[in-house]
Amino acid sequence: MDISFISKAILFAPLAGSISAGFIARRFSNSFAHWTTIIPLAFAFFLSCYLFYIFVVNNEQSSEITLYSWFSISNFTFELGLLIDKLTVVMISVVSLISLLVHIYSIGYMKDDPGYCRFFSYISLFTFAMLLLVMANNFLQLFIGWEAVGLVSYLLIGFWFTKESAIRANLKAFLINRVGDLGFLLGISAIFIIAGDLNYNAVFTAAGQMSAISYEILPGHSYSMITIICVLLFIGAMGKSAQVPLHAWLPDSMEGPTPISALIHAATMVTAGIFMVTRLSPLFEYSDTALNLLLIVGSITAFFMGLVGIVQNDIKRIVAYSTLSQLGYMTVALGASAYTFAFFHLLTHAFFKSLLFLAAGSVIIALHHEQDIRKMGGLKKFMPITYWTFLVGCLALVGMPGFSGFFSKDLIIEAVRVSELSMSGFAYALVLSGVFVTTLYTFRMFFLVFHGEEKHNISHASVVKEPSFPILAPLCLLAVGSLFSGYFIEPFIVKETFMDSIQVSAEHSAPLGMIESAYQNVFVFIAHGFMLPAFLLLLLGFLTAYLIYIKNINISFFKKYTSWVQYILVRKFGFDYFYEEVVTACAKKLGLLLSKYSDQKIIDGCVNGAAGVIRFFSLRARTIQTGYLYHYAFAMAVGLVVLLFVVIFNLRVQ
Amino acid sequence: MPALTHFLLLSATLFVVGVAGVFMNKRNLLIMLMSIELILLSVSMNFISYSYFIDDLSGQIFVFFILTVAAAEAAIGLAIIVTLYRNAGSVDVDQIRRMRG
Repeated sequence: MDISFISKAILFAPLAGSISAGFIARRFSNSFAHWTTIIPLAFAFFLSCYLFYIFVVNNEQSSEITLYSWFSISNFTFELGLLIDKLTVVMISVVSLISLLVHIYSIGYMKDDPGYCRFFSYISLFTFAMLLLVMANNFLQLFIGWEAVGLVSYLLIGFWFTKESAIRANLKAFLINRVGDLGFLLGISAIFIIAGDLNYNAVFTAAGQMSAISYEILPGHSYSMITIICVLLFIGAMGKSAQVPLHAWLPDSMEGPTPISALIHAATMVTAGIFMVTRLSPLFEYSDTALNLLLIVGSITAFFMGLVGIVQNDIKRIVAYSTLSQLGYMTVALGASAYTFAFFHLLTHAFFKSLLFLAAGSVIIALHHEQDIRKMGGLKKFMPITYWTFLVGCLALVGMPGFSGFFSKDLIIEAVRVSELSMSGFAYALVLSGVFVTTLYTFRMFFLVFHGEEKHNISHASVVKEPSFPILAPLCLLAVGSLFSGYFIEPFIVKETFMDSIQVSAEHSAPLGMIESAYQNVFVFIAHGFMLPAFLLLLLGFLTAYLIYIKNINISFFKKYTSWVQYILVRKFGFDYFYEEVVTACAKKLGLLLSKYSDQKIIDGCVNGAAGVIRFFSLRARTIQTGYLYHYAFAMAVGLVVLLFVVIFNLRVQ
Repeated sequence: MPALTHFLLLSATLFVVGVAGVFMNKRNLLIMLMSIELILLSVSMNFISYSYFIDDLSGQIFVFFILTVAAAEAAIGLAIIVTLYRNAGSVDVDQIRRMRG
C-alpha cells in the first residue's frame, strides 16, 4: 500500500462513519451507531500507527499528496492536498487514538441519551475535521479544518440544546472564536497577497522576502510584514487554543457532555493553535516580536488561569482551567522557539488531560450528575479504579518526575530559562510559579473528591459504584499512556527528528542546543528532575493542599487578609464581566442604534419610499381605465390613427 | 367599370360606419361585435380592390385567410357574449365595467 492511499483512507474513514451514524443509524439501533463509527476509526488508527512506524521508525521522507484542483484563478491553481511528515503522523496517531478511546467511553457515558446517534455522528465528524486540519498542506485547507472543528465544537457544547446554559455557552464559544478567526483570516490573506500562494512550502520559501517588507500600521511605527502576519496568525491560535484574553469560552464549554470536554476541549481541538504555530515555525522564526508576544500571552495564561482554578468548585471547570494553564505552557514553549517541546507537551497533555476528564466523567456518572466537589469526598473506597487512574492523571499533570507531564513540562521550563528573548525572564518566573499553582489546584480537587468525609447524599452512597466496562477500559489505557508516553522524550530533544517540518533559526537554536547536549538518557533526566526548583515548588504545593484539605488546618487568619485576592479570582479577573457588561452591551447598543436609525430610517425609508412613489403614480394612472369597452376601442382607434399618421408622414419625408 | 377610387370610397364608408357603430352604440354588445366585423370587411374590401387593380392575386388569397380567421374569431366572440349573458344577465355595454382599473 502506498502512503497516498493510506493517508486518504485515514482521512475519510471517520467521515464515512459520521455520515453512516448520522443518516442511517436511527433506523437501526443505538449499537449500530457506535459500531459504525468505532470500526472506521479503529481502522484509521491502525493505519496511522502504520504511518507512524514508517515515518518515525523508518525515517521516511515527507511527502505531499494532491487530492484535486479546487479552482484556478488566472494563473493561480488552488489544489487541495495532504502533507504527510513526522509532525502530521505523530499528531494523527494521537488524535485517532484519543478519539477512539473517547468513542468507546461514550458507549458507557451516553447510554440512554436520546441523542445517541447524533452524538456519535458529531464526534466522528469532529475527528474528520481535526484530521483535515492536521494533514493540510496549505493555509486554506487548514482554515477549512479550523472552522469545521469550531463548528462541531459549537454543536457539541450545545448538545443538550434544551439546557439554556449550554446554548449560551456554545454561542459564547462561537463568538469568541470569531474574533480569533478574523485575525487568522487576515493573516492568511496577507500571506496570499505577499507570497502569491497558499501552499506551505511555497510560503515558507517566501518567508525571507516577507520579512524584508515593512509596513506602517500607525504613522511612525513601522513593522516588518512577517511580524504582522505572525501576530495575526497567533490571534487565530489565541482563539482556538484559548489564550488570554480570548480564553473565556473554554471553561463555559464544559456544558457539553464530558467525553467532548475530554476530546475536543482538552486533548485535540484546543491544541490546534499550538499545532498551527508549530507547523508554521519557519514563519515565526523570523519575528522576535511575535515570539515575545507568545511568551507573554502564554505565561500569563499559564499562571493566572491556574490561579482561577484554585477557587473553582465544579470538577470539570477545574480541569478546564488546568487545560488553559497547560495550553499556556505550550504557547510559552513556542515563544521560546522550543517547538518540539511544545509538541511533546501537546502529546503528553492529550493523554493525561483526557484521562482526567474521563475520570471526572466517571465520578459524575457515579454521583448521578453531581459536579460540585464540595458535595463529594471519600470516594476512594467506592471507586478504586477511578481513584488510581485519576491519581496517575494528577501526578502527570503536576509534573511529578517519572510521569509523562514531568518530561514535557520540565523541558519547557528549561527552554524558557535558557531562551535569550527579552521576555523570557518574565515568562520563566510565571511558568515556574505556575508549577506551585498547578499542584495546589490539582490536589485540592483530588483531596476534596476522593478523600475526607463523605459529603454527598447518603442515599446515594449506597449505590455509588464504579461505572461499566466501556468507561473503565479507556481510563486504564489512558493511565498507561499518562505513565509512559513521557519516556519517548528523546526524539523531541534531538533536533534532527523533526528537521523537515520544524525550522529553528540559528540565533534561537543555540539555547536549545544546550539542552540537547546536556541530555544523556531518560533516567538521568528523571534524577535531575528531583533537583530542580520546579520539584521544590511541586512539593510545596502538594504540602499546602495536604495541610489545608486533609489536615484541615485553620487558615481563617490567612483568608482574612487575602479576601480581595479571592474576590478577584472568583470573578475570574473580570474577563467575563468585561465581555458581558462592556463588549456585549456596547455591541447591543450599537446594534439597536443602527437598527433604529440606519435600518428603519434610511434603508426602510428608501425601500418604502420607492414603493410609495409607484403607488402615487399608479393611483392616478388607474383612473384612465374606466372599464367602458367603447373607451378602450376609442383608444385603440386613436392609437391606430396616430401610428398611421407617423408612418405616412415618415414616408412623405423620405 | 367603376375606378379604384370608388371602391376605396366604399371601403372607407364601411370603415367609418363600423367605427361609428362601435362608439355610438352603448346598449348592445352584439351590435358592437357586428360593427367590428364591418371594419374587418372594409379592410378586406381594400385588399381585394388593390389586388384587382394592381393585378396581383396574393391580396385576394390574403382575404381568404382573413375571412377564415374572422369566422373563427366571430365564433369565439359570440361564445364569450353567450357566457357573459349567462353570468351577468345582460349584454348592456354600460353595465359591464369589470375591466375598470
